[in-house]
Amino acid sequence: MGTVECISSPEDLKKLRQEIRAKREPSKPSVSVCVSTGCVALGARRVMEAFKAELNKQGLKDEVEIKETGCLGFCEQGPRVTVYPQEICYLKVKPEDVPEIVSKTILEKQVVERLLYTDYTTGETAQKLEDIPFYKYQLRLLLEDNAKIDPKNIEDYIALGGYSALAKSLFEMTPEHVIEQIKKANLRGRGGGGFPTGLKWETTRNALGEPKYVIVNCDQGDPGAFMDRSLMEGNPHSVLEGLIIGGYAIGAHEGFVYVREEYPIAVESISTAIRQAEEYGLLGENIMGSGFNFRVKVHRGAGAFVSGESSALMTAIEGKVGEPRPKYVHTAVKGIWDKPSCLNNDKTWATVPLIILRGAEWFRNIGTEGSSGTMIFSLVGKVNNTGLVEVPMGITLRDLIYKIGGGIRGGKKFKAVQTGGPSGGFIPEEHLDLPVDFDELTKVGSMMGSGGMVVIDEDTCMVDVARYFVDFLLEESCGKCIPCREGLRVLSRILNDICEGKGRDEDMQTTEDIAETMREVSLCALGTTATNPVLTSLKYFRDEWEQHIGEKRCQAKVCKALINYYIDPQKCQACLLCLRECPVGAVQGGKEQVHWIDQETCVKCGTCYELCNFDAVKKLSGEPIPPSPPKGTKPIRKRKRGN
Amino acid sequence: MKKIITLKIDDKEVKTEEGMTLLEAAKKAGVEIPTLCYHEGLEPYGACRICSVEIEKRGRSRIVAACCYPVEEGLNVRTRSPKIDKIRKTIIELAYVMAGEDVGGNMRALASEYNADPSRFRLRVPMEPTKCILCGLCVRRCVEANWDSAIGFTGRGINRRVVLFPEKSGICSRCNYCYLVCPTGRISSIGPDPPFPYIDDVLAGRK
Repeated sequence: MGTVECISSPEDLKKLRQEIRAKREPSKPSVSVCVSTGCVALGARRVMEAFKAELNKQGLKDEVEIKETGCLGFCEQGPRVTVYPQEICYLKVKPEDVPEIVSKTILEKQVVERLLYTDYTTGETAQKLEDIPFYKYQLRLLLEDNAKIDPKNIEDYIALGGYSALAKSLFEMTPEHVIEQIKKANLRGRGGGGFPTGLKWETTRNALGEPKYVIVNCDQGDPGAFMDRSLMEGNPHSVLEGLIIGGYAIGAHEGFVYVREEYPIAVESISTAIRQAEEYGLLGENIMGSGFNFRVKVHRGAGAFVSGESSALMTAIEGKVGEPRPKYVHTAVKGIWDKPSCLNNDKTWATVPLIILRGAEWFRNIGTEGSSGTMIFSLVGKVNNTGLVEVPMGITLRDLIYKIGGGIRGGKKFKAVQTGGPSGGFIPEEHLDLPVDFDELTKVGSMMGSGGMVVIDEDTCMVDVARYFVDFLLEESCGKCIPCREGLRVLSRILNDICEGKGRDEDMQTTEDIAETMREVSLCALGTTATNPVLTSLKYFRDEWEQHIGEKRCQAKVCKALINYYIDPQKCQACLLCLRECPVGAVQGGKEQVHWIDQETCVKCGTCYELCNFDAVKKLSGEPIPPSPPKGTKPIRKRKRGN
Repeated sequence: MKKIITLKIDDKEVKTEEGMTLLEAAKKAGVEIPTLCYHEGLEPYGACRICSVEIEKRGRSRIVAACCYPVEEGLNVRTRSPKIDKIRKTIIELAYVMAGEDVGGNMRALASEYNADPSRFRLRVPMEPTKCILCGLCVRRCVEANWDSAIGFTGRGINRRVVLFPEKSGICSRCNYCYLVCPTGRISSIGPDPPFPYIDDVLAGRK
């Protein structure tokens, strides 16, 4: 980048954009490979290498461009490769597929059918991304550009209009005007709190004390959620541009990007973006000749869930242990080193340039009355299509799960969906038509959180899953305040007891007592929201709690202590498979003898259940185990094996 | 001259200065609010939550920690109610899980005042009593007295403990302040042996 002249006016930026665009030929074939965490884990780097080698071999090195891009969200189908100009999207690409893609698609302009997305129900294929049902119902404002941008190349972002919102803010708008636009747009905090962003900015701007700080929160630590990191990995400049605009509006000259150390690609992406923006004169002293100075530092978080909480995050930036502190005086007024500090999630910051460019009215028209714009969800669990989903606020849970998610895996029955990460509540079927926005989710005992969405089917035990999340939060609690630390300790014991068949009659009442105290008086949101999974499980699935405690029965047959494995003598073919594989030798019987399980020895590992080809192994819960067949019972032969 | 703020605490009108906390305002009005992790002159810490009170503002009520919440004009504060009492009782019962029943000081007095059953949760989660509720007063008081702290927290969540950092033990001036502020009587005397477990012992699970 050494040849770049510093951009010193909005005209320079426009000129540079024209130059970049002029250099590019839209008709030139190019290949883009996703190199985000998911695709890389599935082998995208090797696919990349294979393309380089194959293009070299075929002498096409200069004719075909290869580009590394960010995440498009459909990670389970990775590695993803898109071939331009046809925009053909290939999924689950392996290095062996590369020669065929090069010779067939790039040279002969034909499609490699087997690498296209195939709908598992209709069998139809889709060539373009937007034809895949997973994408058809999405509205991708923030994630759209991930496919077009090499996150390590600022020119890609500039070519798409990047940094023009910054130019507009600095040269055509006053700071007050910028805040006014954000307020008019009704942008609310994407980290999950849903606090009006414009109001927060104004509070920090008007607060006494200098210097002021602006901070990006990219500490995402929810199990199964990856939207914040994907945005940071795939389009770091959008976050950075939003942050600089925020700094200008608020009157801050220093910003922090708090990003998890465990997200190495995100750390690298944003660090590169900052360096490049500085080289181009879009960050640092006298940005674009406007006289506005702004610096950004990356703070790598050590990976504590609680550090995503604003006051804990700021304490961590100060160099102390990331523990929350009382926030009755908002961090917007008294934050890092007690100075006014405005913290927003990376998705919130990345939305800012869009609002500045396209206007508050445009943004307000997307979504619902109370919650404007789009939200990125990490749709995971027992749905057919898992991944990152960006949708307008107000979409129903049913559309999200069935239209985009493609319904429940394996034709199973839906049981609940947990929104908002580990401290979100479980929402049952009766609320599936709920429009998803900040206020509606809270009404049913859950929350938006930062956009986690875990779909749960009938094979999941609702007591066990509440136990899982309580144990997660117990691990992550900082231990500072009594209700959260001790409340979670006792709740964890109670839930583990119930799952182990040691539940007591008073346990549901005790759980409610503790949860109420935690929710009312815990020091930070980790403690107050930790009760959501417990209370919604208790509220909507009370029958399962009662069965566990009263009848010692787990209807989903998940809780080990409450189930027994049993071999149906009518079905067993005495194939010896389970008998040989049982790790503790609990399966009895022998060749030509129906097998049975010695319950005393059985450790309930489920190996026999998984292995049986004849559906003879059953899980029983809360019912008597039929007696074992007499020794030497011959199997009732089926005509054909395996049916 | 600081702004005068008028609010109601348990139906009593109280005039306070801007910047005061509800706890300080209540004290001024002669209303007592229980505390465990609070100490005059130390920064409010907000960890024990025993000072929780109900506040009403523009028709909406919520529960806040009195030690940290700043006074506001027109606020209506209620320091006792069946709901508050139940919360305080539960907090004390929760605190006993770690502390064990053999505690003295303020903690014991509060337990009897709020009719808390020290063994309610303790029996469910048996653990070696520490006599400590991690209020952090000793740690914060030590910093104040010695410009540094010979003691501090180690571990996170339920593994959090107060320990003496061996390399900092020289800081201990035997000032006895930690002993004086302890609300559970854990720090019973300051003798030649430090009253806190050594960090090595804690890490090795010996204490």
